[in-house]
Amino acid sequence: MTVKHNSVSLRARRQPNLPIWLRAWNVVVMALLILPVLIVIPMSFSDARNFSFPPKGFSLRWYENFFTSAKWTDSLFTSLQVGILTAVLATVLGTLAAVSIARMSPKFSGFLSGLYMAPMIVPGVIFAVAIYAVFLRWQLVGSLFGFVAAHTMLALPFVITSVSSSLSGYNPGLTTAASSLGAGPVRAFLTVTLPLILPGVVSGFVLAFVTSFDESVVSLFLQTPNLETLPVNMYNAIATEIDPTVSAAATLVILVTTILVVLVQVVPGRNKRK
Amino acid sequence: MQKLEHEQAITVSNVTMQYPSSTALALNDVSLEIQPGEFMSFLGPSGSGKTTLLSLIAGFVNPSSGTVSIGGNQIDGLKPHRRDLGVVFQNYLLFPHMSVFDNVAYPLRQRKMDKSQIREKVTRALALVRLDPYADRLPKELSGGQQQRVAFARAIVFDPRALLMDEPLGALDKNLRSEMQRELARIHRELGMTFVFVTHDQEEALVLSDRIAVFNDGRIEQIGTPEDLYYRPSSLFVGRFLGDSNVFSGKIDVETSTFISPAGSAYLTREELEKTDANVMIVRPEAISIAPKTDTNTDGFEAAVREIVFTGSNVTVYMEFGDGTPGIAKLTMSEASKLAVGQAVTVSWDQLRQHLIHDDGLTS
Amino acid sequence: MTAQILSIPGSSKSRFRTGGVSAGGLAIPALIALGVFFVYPITLIVWLSFTSPEIGFGHYLSLLTDGVTVTVMLRTIAVGLIVGLATLIIGYPYAYSMTVVSPGWRTVMMTMVMLPFWVNIIARTFAWFILESRGGLIDQFFQALGINGVVLLNTWGGVAIAMTQVMLPFMVLPLYTQMSTIDRGLLRAAGSLGAKPVASFARIYMPLSLSGVMSGFSLVFVVALGFYITPALLGSPDQALLSQIIATRVQKLLDFPGAGAAGMLLLVVTLIILGVLNWLVRQANPLMKRGAA
Repeated sequence: MTVKHNSVSLRARRQPNLPIWLRAWNVVVMALLILPVLIVIPMSFSDARNFSFPPKGFSLRWYENFFTSAKWTDSLFTSLQVGILTAVLATVLGTLAAVSIARMSPKFSGFLSGLYMAPMIVPGVIFAVAIYAVFLRWQLVGSLFGFVAAHTMLALPFVITSVSSSLSGYNPGLTTAASSLGAGPVRAFLTVTLPLILPGVVSGFVLAFVTSFDESVVSLFLQTPNLETLPVNMYNAIATEIDPTVSAAATLVILVTTILVVLVQVVPGRNKRK
Repeated sequence: MQKLEHEQAITVSNVTMQYPSSTALALNDVSLEIQPGEFMSFLGPSGSGKTTLLSLIAGFVNPSSGTVSIGGNQIDGLKPHRRDLGVVFQNYLLFPHMSVFDNVAYPLRQRKMDKSQIREKVTRALALVRLDPYADRLPKELSGGQQQRVAFARAIVFDPRALLMDEPLGALDKNLRSEMQRELARIHRELGMTFVFVTHDQEEALVLSDRIAVFNDGRIEQIGTPEDLYYRPSSLFVGRFLGDSNVFSGKIDVETSTFISPAGSAYLTREELEKTDANVMIVRPEAISIAPKTDTNTDGFEAAVREIVFTGSNVTVYMEFGDGTPGIAKLTMSEASKLAVGQAVTVSWDQLRQHLIHDDGLTS
Repeated sequence: MTAQILSIPGSSKSRFRTGGVSAGGLAIPALIALGVFFVYPITLIVWLSFTSPEIGFGHYLSLLTDGVTVTVMLRTIAVGLIVGLATLIIGYPYAYSMTVVSPGWRTVMMTMVMLPFWVNIIARTFAWFILESRGGLIDQFFQALGINGVVLLNTWGGVAIAMTQVMLPFMVLPLYTQMSTIDRGLLRAAGSLGAKPVASFARIYMPLSLSGVMSGFSLVFVVALGFYITPALLGSPDQALLSQIIATRVQKLLDFPGAGAAGMLLLVVTLIILGVLNWLVRQANPLMKRGAA
């Protein structure tokens, strides 16, 4: 309710000193950012067996197809499984790493955080090819563990960034205080540090899940007919099968991602206000 | 059980501390014994090593060399959470996500006490600091003084072997400070616990302590009772740090049994004559009496009154001796009423309240 | 003393220095994971590119002389530069606006940037697949204008257009971050000294925002060079980009040393171009030279 009131009052005094052409430009850019994403949604309700736009007729057949075909539901299940495992692993590793970075001298921490960010910077194809080469030797291609391990590398930077920003507002003296009161390092972390940095840890977890859930390039290499993630299935549906079910899948993915990302942006804010 | 634990001395032997980040020694061969039940203050300017020694006792840092023991047991390898020492921090460091009750209960929960016992002990500790009605509040809903009391209750609720305090009153305003000082004195009386108190405020240290250790540049300059330190400082540094004083440099003249300084000469006692290397005489302003100069009393110290300041309880008189040495006296209203700025006066004091010391780096 | 009274209790850092005990230990699990699943694989294929089947620059030489890779590489760089430039032109006014509007609108504009950033790349590429197909929305639009057969699918132009949209967030975010640190008082000061708004914007604001432009452009350029999904779905083998060549070598031929060599080549060329760009900008702008020193 309050949110609505807010947006009304904002609209009343919007963009006070922007020239008209700049406002128009911004509207066009916003449309450019959003519309191509939204175009997928009407497609998913099409009745036709092809990718033609605007869609002809209305049906839920692609959704029905999505939820009744073992291929699609299996890949959805795989993606959820990989996503959750990745999120758990990346959150544990990333939180510990962020805590250690925060306690280190700047010289060390600069080097380490650079290293942790590297998977974000190295071109996706190169990482995909490299991990594929290694996993072929280790026979991890097409294994759940292989997917989780590779995705965790890509998700770590997001967890570390998110937890680090929470930690920057944490007073390390509180850990000292806890130790003086009889709490060992682990208990001090669990009872004092963790509750206070929880917003950062939770958003790190969600971002890690989204990273894994959306990851396509590495997954394309690691896929086997027995184990495919949803994005891999979608890729194949567009590239080789021309299967319109992909539009239903894309719509569902957009919906889930949007909800999660909005949650991440809202949850820490609410915590701060409390 | 609990009483017995209180009767343990804290012994610091030959402790030297060097932080990896600096070349200077934070502590240089410091030794000290804190008696059971004693209120001991560490006093000194910032960077003198007093907080470092406190963190060493608490176990937050480890000494480069030397040992710390409690009740005869060496505790050097022991992590802070196994030392059983209460610590009150300058910024309180209350856990912001826990209520006052949970903050105070925290050390008891770490010790796995049962619920009813925790409730009882927390209630008693909160009553001791007069915060019982605030148990359900969050720290940020309390004033600075109240937060300070919570920090206090949290540090004593588990009957620690000693309570260590790092400038706990530093963040409070002046009125609250003196109120908390009285509270501290009361609680110390009631608990009979060993208190170690770090401060840079000499007045606070003089008011509260049984004994004071004065720190300077990583060393302990002097340890003693407040009276000892105030009237019988072992060095010019201690003398100056503990309050205003009249400082005369000069030397002992055995022939005439006097201390001769450019400002004047003072008779010495027999013991004082034996301090042959003394080159400074210190006299506190409270010991000084001032009389208008007459022709009859020509010996002693002569000075001119430069300023008379009314400070409420008494009057502070600033003077200048014949050779230019500044002087200060604290007089009652009636004593001061005879004086006027610019007046020539004769300054004298009780021989027992003068103090001779030797100072190497004698500068003004 | 004043500072102590003013400081909010509990908010300032502890005065106790702790020795940093056991801090490093917590990083070990993540470091091991990173070592095994990231550093080792990358190192391995780089190593292979020089040593397998024999030690030397064989893979690099054959890449440079096979008559295809150099063309693909140039095409990839061209697409990277075009996408970088296009996102800059589109994103610069948008990022600037974000620093000026009310906080509420800033949140809206930020969310608009962040959402596509997180939405599955395949879903977004799929949207462009629909738009660019024969009989798709773009084709229909140009048919209505009397121009037939504008099918961008399977052309590198179509890839570039889609990539521009996909990468817009990578440009807007760094631009906005840097621009929000610029003191707008300088613009007003210039105005009060008689400079026309356009002149003061071009003379003062643009040079100040140049480091943001550089980081945005570098980011888009680097990401674009290594982009795979969009070229793979929207492009075609005869107008391939380098990432497709790398993927194909591995998927069809299991030629890891060759792929590694191509990847290294891509990395080196990227670094050279970024270095040159950086140097050019610093030459043009003494302000940045000082900032970097």
